[in-house]
Amino acid sequence: MTGVRAPPAARAIVRGDRRALARAITAVENGSPEADPILRALYPNTGRAPIVGFTGPLGVGKSSLINALVGHLRESGRTVGVIAVDPSSPFSGGSVLGDRIRFSRRADDDGVFFRSMASRGAVGGVAGTTREVARLLDAAGFDLVLVETVGSGQVDIAIRDIATTRVVVLVPHLGDEVQTLKAGLFEIADVFCVNKSDLPGSEAAQRDLMELVSLGPKHAEYRIPIVRTSTFQPSGLTELWAAVESHEAYLDRSGERTTGERARLTQEIVGRVRDRVGVELAARLERDATLRHLIDQVVARTLDPRSAAERLYRGRSARR
Amino acid sequence: MPSKAKTAPIRVLIAKPGLDGHDRGAKVVARALRDAGMEVIYAGLRQTPEEIVRAALEEDVDLIGLSILSGAHMALFPKILALLKKEHAGRIPVFAGGIIPDEDARRLKKAGIRAIFGPGTTLDEIVRTAQGLARPAR
Ligand SMILES: Nc1nc2c(ncn2[C@@H]2O[C@H](COP(=O)(O)OP(=O)(O)OP(=O)(O)O)[C@@H](O)[C@H]2O)c(=O)[nH]1
Ligand SMILES: [Mg+2]
Repeated sequence: MTGVRAPPAARAIVRGDRRALARAITAVENGSPEADPILRALYPNTGRAPIVGFTGPLGVGKSSLINALVGHLRESGRTVGVIAVDPSSPFSGGSVLGDRIRFSRRADDDGVFFRSMASRGAVGGVAGTTREVARLLDAAGFDLVLVETVGSGQVDIAIRDIATTRVVVLVPHLGDEVQTLKAGLFEIADVFCVNKSDLPGSEAAQRDLMELVSLGPKHAEYRIPIVRTSTFQPSGLTELWAAVESHEAYLDRSGERTTGERARLTQEIVGRVRDRVGVELAARLERDATLRHLIDQVVARTLDPRSAAERLYRGRSARR
Repeated sequence: MPSKAKTAPIRVLIAKPGLDGHDRGAKVVARALRDAGMEVIYAGLRQTPEEIVRAALEEDVDLIGLSILSGAHMALFPKILALLKKEHAGRIPVFAGGIIPDEDARRLKKAGIRAIFGPGTTLDEIVRTAQGLARPAR
């Protein structure tokens, strides 16, 4: 942390104050002004915990798996922060966050912190602030951060920008689903998990995935593991975690941890500037008569949108 | 960055303490609160008071709603209120719904449960009360 100027909340979080952590998460989610100095002060304390994303269609058992893995990790003494994202209603903006139902930890275990998040209109399976909430958990000292995406039935692509290891969870007899997922699957998956292996058909699903993996982009050093699990008749959980760790080890061995992190952070910075410029432009378009005239021309079909955007862009940079 | 804090949704925890295995009512309330724009953390069945309080603090909720049919409310609700107080979170308003006799309801309100809804309450009334309880708390 950057010493004396760190806000008390940031220092409290590093000390392990769970209330301070919970409140800071809310501030980050809400875009409150107090979030800024906290995130700034804590940033040097982040980038340490592996961030493991769990994505996959509705109801495949992501929450149940996370619950089981947390049990497994706690047994070996590791501390875990969990973020579970569910969709916000496009109509009311409200949300029912139900992932906590599957979570069964002892209430006095301070080695775990579970937070539900609504996507708040963001597409891609996580909220716009999930990455920063993961950072808070990292800075709070949790050894691992697990993130469950919305699981909309499509590939939750945004987890790519957050997680160091992505686990794609599927279940037996998901034939058609896998076909539609296929396009994005390999950009996402570092580990495949066939859950509900207590149900028939999981070996076949594993074989299908093996075939897909062998057709996918070839990595000389890393082959996507396909693990069968069941949380009902607990099995495969040790193997699943071993697969996650083998990917984390690969990241270090190959240097991909550094390049991946650099790419993600570049994306984040560019995204922030883009958002900021977008907000600024929209505001100027409203109050600046010259700019309104530009839009009038586009509406009247005397100027095309590309040229208008070009002028707008140049005008913006000229005024700086 | 423009502050969006004004429009921050109310976060509410809906939990069912006790052993009864039926949560239809709680789910209906959860959906009604969602439709009113709230973020409802649904913690599910058979939660101990300790689990409920822990969930409320981790989720940093503005409000807690408890649903109970088992008759154990006189033991469980005051326990939850006491635990909240112990965690310096006594300001989080708690409301309750379920089958709670009038005399018990009076005593629970005295103990600090802010609103109690019987089986006949409309969802509209629950939503409005919940909004009223959550607002001043922030
Ligand atoms: N047969 C079987 N059912 C399972 C297993 N794991 C989870 N389930 C069940 O699958 C259902 C969904 O489980 P969740 O853990 O909530 O799944 P999820 O992927 O988190 O669901 P969403 O968050 O709603 O997308 C529940 O009814 C679980 O009990 C398993 O290993 N075997
Ligand atoms: Mg889930």
